[in-house]
Formats: sequence, structure tokens, C-alpha cells
Amino acid sequence: MLALNDHGMVDAGLSAPQALAGVFPGRVLVIACGALAREILALRKLNRWDHLELTCLPAKLHLHPELIPDAVARAIEDARPHYDRIFVAYADCGTGGLLAARCRELGVEMVAGPHCYSFFDGNAAFAARADAEMRAFFLTDFLVRQFDAFVWKPMGLDRHPELREMLFGHYERLIYLAQAQDARLDTEAARCARRLGLAYERRTTGYGDLATALATLSPEAVA
Amino acid sequence: MVEEDDDLILSELPDEELVPQMHDDLYDGLADEITEGVNILLERGWTPYDILTKALVEGMRIVGIDFRDGILFVPEVLLAANAMKAGMSILKPLLIETGAPRLGKMVIGTVKGDIHDIGKNLVSMMMEGAGFEIVDLGINNPVENYLEALERERADILGMSALLTTTMPYMKVVIDTMKEKGVRDDYIIMVGGAPLNEEFGRAIGADAYCRDAAVAVEMAKTLMARRHNLPA
Ligand code: B12
Repeated sequence: MLALNDHGMVDAGLSAPQALAGVFPGRVLVIACGALAREILALRKLNRWDHLELTCLPAKLHLHPELIPDAVARAIEDARPHYDRIFVAYADCGTGGLLAARCRELGVEMVAGPHCYSFFDGNAAFAARADAEMRAFFLTDFLVRQFDAFVWKPMGLDRHPELREMLFGHYERLIYLAQAQDARLDTEAARCARRLGLAYERRTTGYGDLATALATLSPEAVA
Repeated sequence: MVEEDDDLILSELPDEELVPQMHDDLYDGLADEITEGVNILLERGWTPYDILTKALVEGMRIVGIDFRDGILFVPEVLLAANAMKAGMSILKPLLIETGAPRLGKMVIGTVKGDIHDIGKNLVSMMMEGAGFEIVDLGINNPVENYLEALERERADILGMSALLTTTMPYMKVVIDTMKEKGVRDDYIIMVGGAPLNEEFGRAIGADAYCRDAAVAVEMAKTLMARRHNLPA
């Protein structure tokens, strides 16, 4: 099993070590955002999806979504000779449809939806709540763990707390969309809400549409 | 601490050094220094319009380039915007008094469902700096807000911003509603936001997509000029 450290997922990502060594008939490579690594490995273990191999790009790409399509396309090209099937575990992620277009060109499937908050919650449910939750800021398990590296520092709140109003002034609450059941993350998410000056809510989502999407990759699911 | 003699005395700098120093101070988000610089230039007899364009707008243009190139990120842009705002607040009343050029009026807002407003605020500020009058509708605007403001303000330009893939299609709802009401061609429509692109702007029927605030200013000037040249 792969050893995983979330912090490494922010900047560095993860490569499937065997990926370049040979050809793996019947195996599926999932090229994922680092923010999903732990969740995909958990699903793989839970469902015994031993056919899945995982490679991750740095989650930090999300701060510059214009870089995502090329980075994903490069990973696809690198892996293609070695795998029967490749799946991209990214949503649109602010690429304005460009990532989807790229994957279509390369004949590779990806997760449906605008971003991970939406597909964890379930795309349909998230869309239905959009109006009611317009002033909510969402965290996932990954973001709770990496709140400082991914939100607090890149937004400059460590150096310039006075920016809080310009950044979060229109927000009312923080909703922690929980994938795993973990009381420590709940406590930590509540602390993030306090630091941002927002009311706190927790919603268990589990793995939502990510689980459904990855399930289509199992050999039994092949129609 | 920096050594004593490294501290710059702004008022001792000649104009040709003070202005680039103000660009640096804006880049570093130093609001107090910008306030001081603006006051010094006013004392030296500069027109408010020259201070605005040569010291502030030019400084923000440099910030914009480095943001685009990934050298600066969101907090630096916010700090620079705050510094510019400090300078603008001194100049604004004076600009009105001294009759600086008025290029047109723009109603701008982030579309329904979207809370991102940093880019929109930057565009507003740069457009204002260039001589456009700005009516800022803030975030989360349904189509009625835009229509009502355009009519009430007798605006020339509609600006819409969206940063989410889920909210950008709403721009088309606004434009389609304007078409239905027969008012689409009464206004110049400009759109922007990171996930948009030229093709999207064209597909929804906007007059222009602009990738940043500097482009927005130039585009607005061009489109206004073209509009004035049209036969009545
Ligand atoms: C800063 C930021 C935030 C801040 C916003 C603070 C604020 N007050 O605006 C915070 C942290 C609060 C935030 C929240 C959220 N965000 Co956000 N955010 C960003 C980020 C990192 C930068 C956006 C920004 O401000 N850029 C700086 C400005 C200067 O640039 P700009 O907006 O592009 O504007 C320039 C041009 O586009 C143009 N322009 C812009 N508007 C207009 C208008 C006109 C008329 C014209 C002519 C030009 C123009 O000129 C501007 C100046 O040069 C982007 C990623 C990115 N790099 O784009 C994600 C991003 C947009 N966010 C994203 C998401 C998902 C969210 C949240 C849902 C996250 C959450 N955890 O809840 C919430 C949104 C909730 C809601 N209801 O809207 C996603 C969107 C994904 C998608 N599929 O659409 C992005 C792409 C990040 C990602 N890859 O995941 N976010």
C-alpha cells in the first residue's frame, strides 16, 4: 500500500511508482488531484478495487486552474503506454470546460461536476442547494487538514489578518463536508470557522459521486 | 529593522524618482506611503488626473502584469488595491472639481450565485482611474438588478464578472433577457473572470471578453469610440 502524507499532496503530488516500469493489462490508472489521494485510497481499500493504480498531481494547481488542463494532459500522455484504461479524478475545477474538452480529445473519462465540494455532496444535491448556500464556504477532509497551507497562507491571512474582511466579508458560515467520520477533523473544522469568523456546520457526505464514478472502473462494471 | 539611512524621504525625491518609487510602494501595498506621495505631487502642482494616471494607474498596471505572470498572488493584489484606494480617496473629489475627462458610465457586478469580487473590484478601480464612472452592484446579482441599474443610471456599459463554472452561464441569461426586452443593443456588454475565455464571450453574445483590468480599460475605450462614430 502507498504511504500517504497529505502535506505532500499540496505541493508535490504522488506518482504510481510502477507506472513507468512496464505494461499492466487490466489495470486502471486514476490520475487525481492531490486533494483526493487519501479518499481514493480509502475507497480502493474499502471496495477492494485492487485493479486501481493512483497517481496524483499537486493540489496547489487549484490556485492556478489555468495550469490544470496541460498538467493532466501530460500525465495522461506519460501513462498511456502502460495502462489499458485511464481515469481523471478531477472535476471542472475552474477550467471553464477546458479540462473536459482536453479529456474528451484524449479519449479519457473524468468526474462530472464543477468541483469536489459538489461531487462529494452529490452534484444534484449541491446544485439544488446552491441558492441557500451561496454564502457558505466549504471545507472537505483534505482542506480541514491542509487549511493553513491551502487557505490561510495563500490568502495572506497569516501575514495580513486585515484582509479577512475583503476575502470573507460576504460569507456567513463554514460548512464542513465530511468524507470520513473523524471527531478530530470535526473539532479542527470548527476551529477553522472560528478563525474565519464564520458560523460552523458539519454535513456528512461520504464520498458522494466520486465513489459512483470510480465504481464504473471495476471489471464487473464493464458493460 | 532597516538601517536609518536606508529610509527614503519621499518629499526629497525629484518627480522622476518619486513616481517610480510610488509604483514600488503600490506594488508593496503601502497605503500610507501612497497617501504621502499623492499629497506631495499635489503640492508640486500636479493635476489630480496626472497623478491618478501616471502614479497610481500605471503602478496597478504593473501589479496586474505580475499577477498574470504568477509572480504576485491574491493577497498582494488586495494590498496594492487598498493602497490605490487610499490615493484615489484623496484624488476623487479633486478630479470632479478639475473636470477630468469622463469617458462613459459602467454598471458592473458579479453574477447571481457567485461571491468572488476581487477581480470585479480591480476592474472597477482601473476603469474609474481611466475616467469611467462606475456603478458597482456588488456580488450575487440577478438579472433584474442589472436591468434596473442600467436604466436608472443611463449607463453605456454593462460589466459582468463570474469566477465559477456554475455561475458563468448566468451571463447568457442576462444577455438573453436584454434581447427579449429589446434593449441589448443599447449597451456595450463586457464580461470577465478567470474561467471565461474569448469563445465563451462570443457564444453568449457579449461585445467583449477581457482577460484582465488593463485590457478591460482599453477595450472599453475602443468600444465607446466605435459607438460614438456610429451614425445616429
Ligand atoms: C480568491 C479566491 C477565492 C476567495 C474569494 C474572495 C473574494 N472576496 O472574492 C475565497 C477564498 C473566499 C473563495 C471562495 C470560493 N471559491 Co474561490 N477562488 C479564488 C481564486 C484562488 C482567485 C480568484 C481571484 O480573486 N483572483 C484575483 C483576481 C484579480 O483575478 P480575476 O478574478 O480573474 O479577475 C481578473 C480577470 O478575470 C478580469 N475580470 C474579472 N471580472 C471581470 C469583469 C469584467 C466586466 C471584465 C471586463 C473583466 C473581469 O479582470 C480581473 C482583474 O485583472 C480562484 C482561482 C483562480 N486563480 O482563479 C478560486 C476559484 C475561482 N474558487 C473556486 C471555488 C470552488 C470557491 C468556493 C466554492 C470554495 C469553497 N471552499 O467554498 C468558494 C465560492 C463560494 C461562492 N458562492 O462563490 C474555484 C472554482 C471552481 C469552479 N468549478 O468554478 C476556483 C477556480 C479555485 C479552484 N480551482 O478550485 N475563492
